[in-house]
Amino acid sequence: MTAYYQKEIETASREEILKIQNEKIRKQVKHVYENVPYYRNLMEEKGVTPDDIQSVDDIKKLPFLSKADLREAYPDGLLAVDLKDCVRIHSTSGTTGKRVVAFYTQHDIDLWEECCARAIVAAGGSEEDVLQVCYGYGLFTGGAGLDGGSHKVGCLTLPMSSGNTDRQIQFMMDLGATIICCTPSYAAFIGETLAEKGYKPEDNKLKAGIFGAEPWTEEMRQNIQNSLGIKAYDIYGLTETSGPGVAFECEAQSGMHINEDHFYAEVIDPDTGEVLPEGSKGELVFTALDKEAFPLLRYRTRDICVLSREKCPCGRTHVKMSKPMGRSDDMLIIRGVNVFPSQIETVLLNEGYTPNYQIEIGRKNNTDTLDIYVEADPSKISDKIADIQDMEASLASAMRTMLGIGPKIHLVPPKTITRSEGKAVRVIDNRKLHD
Amino acid sequence: MAITQLSVFLENKPGKLYEVVKRISEAGINLRAMTIAEVRDFGILRIIVSDAKKAMEVLEDDHIITTTEVVSAVMEDKAGALYDILQALESANVNIEYMYAYTGEVTGSANVVFRVDDIEGAEAQLREAGVQVL
Ligand SMILES: [Zn+2]
Repeated sequence: MTAYYQKEIETASREEILKIQNEKIRKQVKHVYENVPYYRNLMEEKGVTPDDIQSVDDIKKLPFLSKADLREAYPDGLLAVDLKDCVRIHSTSGTTGKRVVAFYTQHDIDLWEECCARAIVAAGGSEEDVLQVCYGYGLFTGGAGLDGGSHKVGCLTLPMSSGNTDRQIQFMMDLGATIICCTPSYAAFIGETLAEKGYKPEDNKLKAGIFGAEPWTEEMRQNIQNSLGIKAYDIYGLTETSGPGVAFECEAQSGMHINEDHFYAEVIDPDTGEVLPEGSKGELVFTALDKEAFPLLRYRTRDICVLSREKCPCGRTHVKMSKPMGRSDDMLIIRGVNVFPSQIETVLLNEGYTPNYQIEIGRKNNTDTLDIYVEADPSKISDKIADIQDMEASLASAMRTMLGIGPKIHLVPPKTITRSEGKAVRVIDNRKLHD
Repeated sequence: MAITQLSVFLENKPGKLYEVVKRISEAGINLRAMTIAEVRDFGILRIIVSDAKKAMEVLEDDHIITTTEVVSAVMEDKAGALYDILQALESANVNIEYMYAYTGEVTGSANVVFRVDDIEGAEAQLREAGVQVL
């Protein structure tokens, strides 16, 4: 018997869902138009008024919001309520100006946590469970979202936050954790560490894991399932749309149900912006139907995926999205952190290097590796190994400050970075995620 | 008189050393001495050649290459020879950053190359101790 957190809405008919969506979008567009001058200007430029939006079919008339808009509106240009009505913020990783600050009213927190609760129940969670959250707590949405969802379901919550693997394992074993939530790469690492410590998969009480915040493959899913002795479920979300829980996997493990009563999804052609028919591969666009404080309309996620309305054996009726198959721009997700090549260029220039570099991303022991090859200025290179290592370490440290993750720096002679047609190949991604 | 050593930065990849040696050889330059200091990702090839200026010219376009003045002393082929040299440098409080040796032009001797923090002091001390400095 499939369990649901909110059976009525999760299994509602297409007509019922559309009815809810249509009611919500009318109200939402009016709310945004009246309270967010930034978006009202975009609507006016397009000649759209709230009256033009009577149903979700009209959403395609609305202007898009992109990461660039969010940057321009930083920190609160897209806030739609008074600050006194907000109870919390979360924020994306990234440098100042590239950060996104998302505001939440209590209503927004509740609906987000309900989405996470649906994901937990879909993964087999109930009040009987001990749920270990090893996503980071704080500005990052991962910890807070799953923690809140876990409370809603009534699980005993272990708010571990990220890192300190020995302590994670100790609590997991001593308190009998049954569900674990973290990034897939960290789950794989915990699995390996357990094996190193001599534990077999059946020694832990885990039955399920909810993993997200970075791309992962079916192969990784199999590895994690085997090493931890669990079923591994995918979860999707962005700080811009609340956090994790916008979409989640069910027992079918074949795509993530989007919580359509709160988020309206479109797939568009990333070049023309045109809405593509169901089943097409394109860029995922979300409209928050009832968030109050930070209600993004037609937010371009840059994630490339496919939507499917095929009947799901779990009984849920909400549309399913495939795992993201790539990014529509050059943003890289490395160890769950958003990295832009332009940030790397900035550091190089700041540190007195020429911006001749190459990024190589790989995966070793299920963790992303980031190697940056930098053409060095011969006049600055000493003939002592220690000096060169110091230069590399100092550049790596500057990169860590900017990117939020530490790369391995390799200084290389001038003109040795591979060039094709005179243009340097900047990014080599060896993770083979989307083949 | 100090001699000029060339230090070539080498990525730790197949063919990198071969390429440098080939270039030097094709330019008709005699490679007198070489040593490689390496860590995991890169190495530094240190060489003494018959024509440092010419070697620079054929390599500098696409290599990171630096010149370093080093002290080269003649070491006899007998027990305690290196000890005598090191003792001389020690007494002058000269710090040796690295050293290597190669076969000398005179049979029964080797040349020892020192990268030191005080070239003049090292050379003076070595001469005083009766060591032949190139
Ligand atoms: Zn399902």
